[in-house]
Amino acid sequence: MNNPLIPQKKKVLDVIAQTDIDITYKVEFDEKLKGGQFVQVSIPRVGEAPISVSDFGDGYIEMTIRKVGKLTDEIYNLKPGDYMYLRGPYGNGFPIEKYENKHLIIAAGGTGLAPVKNIVNHFNGDIDKVKKFDLLLGFKSPKDILFKDEIENWKKNINLTLTVDNADENWTGNSGLITTFVPNVEIDNMDDVQVVIVGPPVMMKFTALEFLKLGVPKEQIWVSFERKMSCAIGKCGHCKIDETYVCLEGPVFNYTKGEELID
Amino acid sequence: MGFEITNKDFNKILESLKDEYKIYAPKRFYKRGRFSDTDLIRYDEIKTIEEIEYKEKSQYSPKEVIYPITQTLFYFNEDEFKESTVSEKKILIFLRSCDINGMRRLDTIFLENGPYKDVYYQRLREKVKFVLIECSESFDNCFCVSMNSNKADNYDIGIRFEDNKVTCEVKDDELKKIFEAFGDKVEFELDYVKENKFKVEVPNKDDLSVEFFNNKVWEEYSKRCIACGRCNTVCMTCSCFTTQDIAYEENPSSGERRRVWAGCHIDKFTNMAGGHEFRKDYGSRMRFKTMHKIYDYNKRFGENMCVGCGRCDDQCPQYISFAQCINKVSETLKKGEATNE
Repeated sequence: MNNPLIPQKKKVLDVIAQTDIDITYKVEFDEKLKGGQFVQVSIPRVGEAPISVSDFGDGYIEMTIRKVGKLTDEIYNLKPGDYMYLRGPYGNGFPIEKYENKHLIIAAGGTGLAPVKNIVNHFNGDIDKVKKFDLLLGFKSPKDILFKDEIENWKKNINLTLTVDNADENWTGNSGLITTFVPNVEIDNMDDVQVVIVGPPVMMKFTALEFLKLGVPKEQIWVSFERKMSCAIGKCGHCKIDETYVCLEGPVFNYTKGEELID
Repeated sequence: MGFEITNKDFNKILESLKDEYKIYAPKRFYKRGRFSDTDLIRYDEIKTIEEIEYKEKSQYSPKEVIYPITQTLFYFNEDEFKESTVSEKKILIFLRSCDINGMRRLDTIFLENGPYKDVYYQRLREKVKFVLIECSESFDNCFCVSMNSNKADNYDIGIRFEDNKVTCEVKDDELKKIFEAFGDKVEFELDYVKENKFKVEVPNKDDLSVEFFNNKVWEEYSKRCIACGRCNTVCMTCSCFTTQDIAYEENPSSGERRRVWAGCHIDKFTNMAGGHEFRKDYGSRMRFKTMHKIYDYNKRFGENMCVGCGRCDDQCPQYISFAQCINKVSETLKKGEATNE
């Protein structure tokens, strides 16, 4: 059946709790993909939604999914050996070749870390591929921190700044919005900088403004958009902004384009 | 060259086509209108010429014939996905030139935008033959001339209705054979609307930009629009949909995935799980729709999306005129007020 809307039945290989409501699912998947792309995940008779791929390897993908609605409530009950239904991958993904041999700065807010996690791992595993790597991570509170084990691992190679908006009495690390930490990033050569910003719309907007204040050219800033989608193949109209379809031309945009996308 | 056919003989033609074709036309539904004692005119299957309401504009467009309000994509049975099916029959649609032009916009979205053709649209669209209903004069709120959709060439039959007879131009060879058996040959050329009472000045897309998104011209609509989405549902070119899954009550392991019409004016169009939503105020929804119909679709595909049928203006319960809105955009641009600064 040559129908792009019909998903494939895929086995859940592993389930890793990140927080009380965020779970990473490792699911069998054979299609080739790039970091920053997404898949349509469905549970038959419940629904379908676009979910970003947080990491991938030979024969599998990982998705970090927050329990926030009807479909994700159902996904939350899945255990290894259960099945979910996937189609994709969709979207353009990040142009990682442009980040090679550059000073890479990634700023991720909350679940926005998921779509860039693969790039972080990609360069963390081969740190000589970048001149310098700064990673700014912001979460609402200590209990919302995702990928705690990986963060410890990343710290060895990457200049990592972790902050929470609302600290509790046990928190000894940074607190405050991610934007307040942008000016601390040491930039040696502006020409070398490539900035990736992913997170909630307000976070992306103000974080980008902070980098612009530092003098980073718009052409060197990249953002990834999250929008409602029903089809992911340019028909349903939900993700259209101006003449741009986020599912087709995005979700990753250079800031020169991203700043013009007014919903 | 055409055929003059009495209504009685035309019904014989319709009768002879019925085994091979589903025939759709605007049809009057008595007392089913918006207000008490008003009728509804919408597309439905017809068997006789008397059922065709050709003297008034239909409130709904013919898009629902090939893009139904609700459409099953596939059925779930345990782990199986079974694609929904459609009738083998060909489809004949009686429609006006604005709607034939509108169908090209739907073709563009469903068959050309993105890497795949929409199989559900395509499987019905391939079966369609158009019967172009001649408009000798325009109805209220029509602005087809301004939108270049007052003429259409892409039809298989062109038809002029009179009280007891029709005159037809038949281009399709297969249909021509049937018509030859019933009609007298006459000289005939389809007429078309050359001027509407209402004229719309569509801004040149090169004069518009995203700067205009923030113009205060949209503020008025935040107060007036009630986000009912009637303008979306009656529009020939609105093509957005949402998918829904359902489980059958009597057997919850079976169910189906459907798509249903959605609209940019209607609440929850942009809502994502977790709470993010865009365009909360109704004025920005009016801006989104207007810019899509006269600006960004054109940037992407090279022609304006709106075909000027005026159904949105006919149906708005708040008497918002989309046509007037386009004119306001043009006037604002002329005054050099692209933004509010």
